[in-house]
Amino acid sequence: MSAVATEPRRIQTPAPPARGPRKRWTRFVLPTYVVAFILYISFPILVIVLFSFNQTRGGFGTSPRVKTTWIGFTTDWYRRLFDLPDLTTALRHSLTIGVLSALAATTLGTLLGLALARYRFRGRGGADFAIFLSISAPEIVLGAALASFFVALGLSRGGFTLFLSHSMFSVAFVAVTVRARAAGLDRSLEAAAMDLGANPVTAFFKVTLPLLFPAILAGFLLAFALSMDDFVISQFTQGPFTMFPTWVLGATRVGIPPHVFAFATIIFLTGATLAGVQALVSRRRT
Amino acid sequence: MNDRSPWTDPSWIRGMTQRRMSRRDLIRNAAVGAGAIGISSILAACGVSGEAQTTGPTAGEEGSTQWWADMKAQGPGDHINFTNWPAYIDRDFSIDGPGSRPSLYEFTKATGIDVTYRADINSNEEFYAAIRPALESGQDTGHDIIVMSNFQELSEMIALGYLIELDPELHPNFDQYAGKNFVDPVYDPGNKYTMAWQSGITGIGYNTKYVDQAPTSLDDLLDPKYAGHVAMFNNSPDAGCSAMLHLGIAPETSTPDDWQKAADYLQKFNDSGGLRGWMDQAYLTAIENEDLWITMAWSGDILNDKLYFPEYATFEFTIPDAGAVIFIDNCCIPNKAANPVGAEMLMDWYYDPTYAAMLTEWNAYFTPVPDGGEIVQADAASAKGADKEVLQTIASSPYVFPTPEFAEKLHNYRVLEGDEVQTWNDIFNPIFLS
Amino acid sequence: MERHLQPDLPVVEAPERRPRRSKAPYGLAAPGLLWLLVLFVIPMIAMLSLSLQTGTSLEGFRQTFRFANFTDALSQNGVYVVRSIRNAVIVTAIALLLAYPVAYWIAFYGGKFKNVFLFLLLLPFFISFVIRTVAWSFILSDNGIILGSLKSIGLLPESYRVLGTTMAVIAGITYNLLPFTILPLYVSLEQIDRRLVEAAKDLYASRTKAFTKVVLPLSMPGIFAALLLTSIPAIGDYVNAQVLGGPGTTMIGNVIQSEFLRDRNYPEAAALAFVLMGILLVGAIVYARVLGTERITEA
Repeated sequence: MSAVATEPRRIQTPAPPARGPRKRWTRFVLPTYVVAFILYISFPILVIVLFSFNQTRGGFGTSPRVKTTWIGFTTDWYRRLFDLPDLTTALRHSLTIGVLSALAATTLGTLLGLALARYRFRGRGGADFAIFLSISAPEIVLGAALASFFVALGLSRGGFTLFLSHSMFSVAFVAVTVRARAAGLDRSLEAAAMDLGANPVTAFFKVTLPLLFPAILAGFLLAFALSMDDFVISQFTQGPFTMFPTWVLGATRVGIPPHVFAFATIIFLTGATLAGVQALVSRRRT
Repeated sequence: MNDRSPWTDPSWIRGMTQRRMSRRDLIRNAAVGAGAIGISSILAACGVSGEAQTTGPTAGEEGSTQWWADMKAQGPGDHINFTNWPAYIDRDFSIDGPGSRPSLYEFTKATGIDVTYRADINSNEEFYAAIRPALESGQDTGHDIIVMSNFQELSEMIALGYLIELDPELHPNFDQYAGKNFVDPVYDPGNKYTMAWQSGITGIGYNTKYVDQAPTSLDDLLDPKYAGHVAMFNNSPDAGCSAMLHLGIAPETSTPDDWQKAADYLQKFNDSGGLRGWMDQAYLTAIENEDLWITMAWSGDILNDKLYFPEYATFEFTIPDAGAVIFIDNCCIPNKAANPVGAEMLMDWYYDPTYAAMLTEWNAYFTPVPDGGEIVQADAASAKGADKEVLQTIASSPYVFPTPEFAEKLHNYRVLEGDEVQTWNDIFNPIFLS
Repeated sequence: MERHLQPDLPVVEAPERRPRRSKAPYGLAAPGLLWLLVLFVIPMIAMLSLSLQTGTSLEGFRQTFRFANFTDALSQNGVYVVRSIRNAVIVTAIALLLAYPVAYWIAFYGGKFKNVFLFLLLLPFFISFVIRTVAWSFILSDNGIILGSLKSIGLLPESYRVLGTTMAVIAGITYNLLPFTILPLYVSLEQIDRRLVEAAKDLYASRTKAFTKVVLPLSMPGIFAALLLTSIPAIGDYVNAQVLGGPGTTMIGNVIQSEFLRDRNYPEAAALAFVLMGILLVGAIVYARVLGTERITEA
C-alpha cells in the first residue's frame, strides 16, 4: 500500500510491460473449480436422497439396511418412517431439548450480547474471554468437562443434564450474534423514544427489542440447529436419554437403516426450504 | 442493517470469528483463572463416590420373594421389550409384521403379550456402557430382557446388583429341559440371574470368493494377500483367548504372563498394517459387503448367512487347528424392568424344546436344550425339498452338534477374579485402541 | 440531549457530577454470565480436580493431587496426541487450499449471486454431521458407488480400499470442516476494497502479483480465523476416526471418549482433555504471534 501512497505523480506514464495475449481458457479455471467444488460438497446429499428410495434385501422389520448397490425404487421408507420406535423416540428427545435449550440460550444470550455491545463494565474482558473459550473449545473438552461436573455432583445424566449442556454452549453463540447486531444499532432511536416520554424499560421493549429481533431470531435458529446437530456433548451428557445423532451413530455401526436416509432427506429439504424462504423474504425487505 | 441470514451476514461472522482481545488481555484473564484454581482446592476435596455394591435384595426389594409375589399378583403385563444380538431369532421374511419372528409370535399368541424385539446389541461393552447410566441411577433402562455374553460386563452387572434375581417358580421349562452344561454356570452359580440363550464358537469366517485355501490358524489372517480385508474381534475374551490357544496355551488356566504373550501376538495384527479393524458385531455387515474377506467370526452368524441367503452362499466357517473358545449368551433382566414377570416367562418359553429347535434351525448356534437338539435332528431327517439341505447341514455340522472329538478342541474363557480384571484389561485394552 | 444517552441518570440533576456507572449491564449480563460460569467455568475446574484424583469407578475416586496423572496420560497416549496434531495440520492445509479459491471467486466475482453461491455451499451441511459422516462411509465402502464402479471398469485393483485408512479419516474431517474454512475466508475477502486491486493493476501489476501482494496479505485475518476454526475441531474430532477409520487411525478424541464413557477411568480422561485444551491454547497463542496480534483484534 505504501507503493500506492508514494507513487510520484507523473505526467508521462511509462509504457506498460509487455504481456502475452490473455488466454481465454484461464478465465474458466476458477468458475469450473467452484462448480466442481459445489458438486463435491453436495455429493453426500445426493447419495442420501437417492438411496433413501433404494430397496433392501431381507424385507422389513427392525433391521433393514441400505445396500450399497441399487436394487430397486421404492417409497416405502417414507411410509414407514416411524417404524423404528427408538428412532422416533430419539428424534422426539432431540426436538424437545433443541427447542428448550434454544429458548434458554436465546434469552440469556440476548441479554448478554446486549450488555456486551453497549456497556463497558467490570468483568467485560472476562466475559469476552469466557465466550471466546466456550465457542472455540473443542466439543470433546466441553463434553468431558460437563461430564466431570455431573459426575462430581452425582447428578444422574439424562434430559436435564442435556438441557443444561446444550443451553450452555449455545449461549455464547447467541450472545455473539446479538452483540454483532446490537453494536450496529442506532442508539438515537432509543434516545428519541425516551425523549417522547418512554422510560428505559418501555424503550427497550418497544424500540430495541423489535430492532434486534432478526438477530434474536437468527440466534434462536442457530441455537436450535447447534443443539439438533450436536453429537459429542450429547454423547457425554445424555445418559439413557438418547438423542437423534447418537442414535444414528449407534444404529449405523452395522449398516444404515433406510429410515435414517429418509429422515435425513426430509430434514434437509425442510431446512433448505426454510433457509430459502428466509433469504427470499429478507431480500424483499431490503 | 439488513436482515440477511447469519450465515451470510458478514457482521455476524466477524463477530463470531474474531477475537476481541490482545495478548495482554489473555494473560491477564489467565491470571484471574489461576486465582480461581485456589478455590478449586476446596472443590478438589470432594472425590467421586464408588458405585453401590449390593449383596442381593433384602426383603421387599426388587428380586425378593415378596416382591415377585406382588409382581405376579399384578399379572404378566401386556408388553415386553426384548433386546438381543442380530441374527439370533428365527425369521420368516415372507411375512411382514409380528409373524416375521415365528417363535416369538407363538409366544404372543399363547400369552397375549406383545413383544418389541430389538436386535440392537452389537457388543457387550458398548451396550453395557449405554445402559449403565440408567442402572447406576436406579432408572428403567427401557429393556425387559437383555442378552449378555459371559464376559466381564455380565460379572460386573451381577456383582453390582444390576440384574433382578429370577423367580424360581417362573421357569418350569428351564428346570425340566435345560442341558446340564448350561445349568449352574461358573459365572452365575445357581442361575440366580441368567438363563442361557444360545452358545457359539469364536472361529474364523471367510468368503471363498476371495479366499482359496481354508484357513487353519490365526496366522492366516496375517497373510499379506488379504491385507485390508481382515478383521479381528475387539473384545478381549475372544481375541485374547483365541490368541492364547494359537500359542498353545489353555485359556482356562492361563497366567498374566500368558496374557502378555497373547497380547504381543495380537499386536502383530496392528503392526502388519493389513487389519481392517478390531470389530464387534459389525464384522458381519462388513463381510456381507465384501469389505472383509477373512475374519474372526461367530459360528452361527456365518452359518446362518451361508444357508439362508443365496448371495452369501460362498461364506464358510472354520476353527483354527489349535482350537477355539466357546461363548454363552445369556438372557437376564435389568433392574427396574417394566415387565419382569413377562420377561421371565418369555425367557422360559425358549426352553420349550419346540421353540429351542426353531431357534437353532435358524441361527445355527448351540442350543441349551438337548431335547430341542433332538427335534432339530428329527426335522433334518424328515425334511423335504429346499429345507432338506439346510437342515441336514445344520444337523450334521460339528459347529452346532459337536462330536466328542471335536469338543476336545473347544475351550472356555478365562474366569477373572478381583484384581485380575484390572491386569487383564491393562494388558489387552491398548491393543484395540491402536 | 446527551443526558438521555445514559437513561439511568435522573433528568433533573445537573450533569456536572460524574455520571454514575450504569447498573444496567450487570443486570443484563448477569444471567448469561452466571450460566456460563456454572456450566462452563466450574465444569472445567471440576475436570481439573478430577484429573488429579486416583481410584477406580467401582470403588470411587479420591482427591490425591496426583500430578503424575498428566505425565502418565501423556506417556501412554503421546502417540495419539501427535497423530491428532498431524492430522489437524494436514486437514487445515488441505481445507485452506480447497476453500480459498472458492471464497476468492465468490467474493470477487460472485456479483449479485454471492449469497446464492454461499447458500448452495452451506446447504448440504443442514444434514446432521453424524449422518454426513455415515453417508461417506457408505459412499466409500469397498464395493460401493465410487470404488465399486471404478473397480468394475478396472481402474482400481480388487483389493483397493479407502475406508479404514488415515486418508479416509482426513477426507472426512476436511469435508465436515469446510464451512468453517470457507466462511471466515469469504468474510475477510469480501471486505477488501476492490479499488486497491484496481490500483495495483493500474501500476502494472499482473493479476497474480495483484493477488499475492494485495489480496493475500489483506485476507490474513480471515486466514487466521479459518486456521483456528478448522484446526481446533480437527484435533478433537473422533467421530470421523470411529466411522471411517481403522487400526492406526485412532485420535486423541477417541481415547478420551473411550476412557470417559467406556472404561470410566475419569482421572486419565480428564487429564488428557486438559492436555488437549492446553495444546490448543498454546497453538492459538503461537498463531497469534506469527501472524501478529494486531491483525486478530481487527474488527
